[in-house]
Amino acid sequence: MTYRNPPTTPRKSATFDDYTLSEIRRAAATGIYDIRGAGAKRKLPHFDDLLVLGASISRYPLEGYRERCDTSVVLGSRHAKKPIELKIPITIAGMSFGSLSGPAKEALGRGATLSGTSTTTGDGGMTEEERGHSKTLVYQYLPSRYGMNPRDLRRADAIEVVVGQGAKPGGGGMLLGQKISDRVAEMRTLPKGIDQRSASRHPDWTGPDDLEIKILELREITDWEKPIYVKVGGARPYYDTALAVKSGADVVVVDGMQGGTAATQEVFIENVGQPTLACIRPAVQALQDLGMHRKVQLIVSGGIRNGADVAKALALGVDAVSIGTAALVALGDNDPRWEAEYNELGTTAGAYDDWHEGRDPAGITTQDPELMKRVDPIAAGRRLANYLKVMTLEAQTIARACGKNSLHNLEPEDLVALTIEAAAMAGVPLAGTNWIPGKNGF
Amino acid sequence: MPATRLSKTAAHDHASRVFDLDAMSLRELNQALHRLTPGSNETAWEVLNPKGSHSVAVGVDQPVSIDVRGSVGYYCGGMNDGAAITVHGSAGPGVGENMMSGSITIKGDASQYAGATGRGGLLVIEGNASSRCGISMKGIDIVVHGNIGHMSAFMAQSGNLVVLGDAGDALGDSIYEARLFVRGKVNSLGADCIAKEMRTEHLELLQGLLDRAGVTGVKPAEFKRYGSARTLYNFNIDNADAY
Repeated sequence: MTYRNPPTTPRKSATFDDYTLSEIRRAAATGIYDIRGAGAKRKLPHFDDLLVLGASISRYPLEGYRERCDTSVVLGSRHAKKPIELKIPITIAGMSFGSLSGPAKEALGRGATLSGTSTTTGDGGMTEEERGHSKTLVYQYLPSRYGMNPRDLRRADAIEVVVGQGAKPGGGGMLLGQKISDRVAEMRTLPKGIDQRSASRHPDWTGPDDLEIKILELREITDWEKPIYVKVGGARPYYDTALAVKSGADVVVVDGMQGGTAATQEVFIENVGQPTLACIRPAVQALQDLGMHRKVQLIVSGGIRNGADVAKALALGVDAVSIGTAALVALGDNDPRWEAEYNELGTTAGAYDDWHEGRDPAGITTQDPELMKRVDPIAAGRRLANYLKVMTLEAQTIARACGKNSLHNLEPEDLVALTIEAAAMAGVPLAGTNWIPGKNGF
Repeated sequence: MPATRLSKTAAHDHASRVFDLDAMSLRELNQALHRLTPGSNETAWEVLNPKGSHSVAVGVDQPVSIDVRGSVGYYCGGMNDGAAITVHGSAGPGVGENMMSGSITIKGDASQYAGATGRGGLLVIEGNASSRCGISMKGIDIVVHGNIGHMSAFMAQSGNLVVLGDAGDALGDSIYEARLFVRGKVNSLGADCIAKEMRTEHLELLQGLLDRAGVTGVKPAEFKRYGSARTLYNFNIDNADAY
């Protein structure tokens, strides 16, 4: 019998992990970068790294189900004659018709309206489905200007000038030819079946001085009635917020890297921009430094999932949050009931992100007439409303526990962080210490 | 309104409403224009002392004529839907941006992004236009008597751009279905933009555009046509060098 040296356990590289190896093989086989939907999937410092302190001897709580905890918010009071009043500080983020099906857009409008909040158009213009079913509709003003027209501008309740988004700050959009139906093509003034590249820059302005003039034009066209938001990706939140305020914005929207997109390069989504948690305090600081906190409202989006996230974001100083990915899940996106079909597409429920291919088994990110029938706009709208209600109740539960009779009375002093990273980003103490990394010289 | 008056002007043989921006605000001007309803008798407007003001006569949606006596800043006639606007001077960036219908005539020169994303109507620039003229145009017709600057008709989707003079670098970069007609020299063509055959239908189309723009003494046969090679319409990795 020959002696064999004891073998070591096979060990995979942490650097070259299974996903990385599969991506190298995919790139080598296809010669094209990976395009997908959704936001950053990597592990990032997030709201889970924060805890709310609750009441104590020095802070007494409010009675759940008895004492009122206000959730309403007014957006756009700086310049607009007709600011938006929402019942809850959770709005639906911009998602395009084209990227989403007509029934999905209608469901978003229905759910938002039932909940007393707003929904937002996207890079494809305003559809009758969403205008008709959305009490409060924010009209995005995007670099591509697909479907842009003054009539829709006037029948919007607010205008959101989109400079960037969290999934791809500095990147334009891409709608591949297979999703370009006749209707989508007509709305975008392009031939059917060709790839539609949405520009990354606006065609008729560059920089903050131009933006100020552009905002003036939009106000003049709409007789100074509509709130004007400026949305930026989470790149340089302090300066972007300050410049948006300088340019005349009523509302600043900051979208962190967990914020979703319909389609862009995987390398972009995972490597460009900052986590939502890292964007909030710099944006709030910019407003405070300018004396504009609570005068210009701040909306933050990217990875908001539940009422705890809402409460923590508001405690850090934001006025409202916005959800996109979570709203799609409430409609039925990535539902395990379609597992067999996800498997046929080489994925699994919960991981499906090839939204640009238009083959969504859940019927949401598609223009396929058969698939989109799977979304019942009334039932899906109800699910979204239920979900928004739960988020609101959760946020109220936390606020009452901190003795707050309004969600907007939550404050950074109600928070601690579980990690040094989160403490530094959020500007709150590491749990069990009075240490805020970066403050007081430490 | 105290600072407006009815007067006979050289431009019109009927009474026009005169709006002096030295005496009244831009907001009052635009709101007065937006209050117009179909069939209004106030069909002729004259704007005095624009002095480079931005957003003069934006979002007008009635078929009135507006004569602006002097030069304007950014976005004059932005999103115009039906009005006939004449600027008796030069125009700053983004003149006629996203125009839906109607017409805008610039007697002088136009700055960057003239007619950007325009969807309809006619934009005539009797002088020169700067860079990015007709950027992302979506159905507008633009006629420039002079020259146009670099990157004009970038990502132009639809409509016609006619240039009696020369075009700068990278004309029609990433162009879709817009048609470009240039009478003079083109410095260089952008990605996926090529010279195309001028067929009878194009000569007829161009003659119509020249007529509408009041151009005389110039024949369609003097122009060359440019448009999309359509090689970048669907992503192909072998074309990556073109981007």
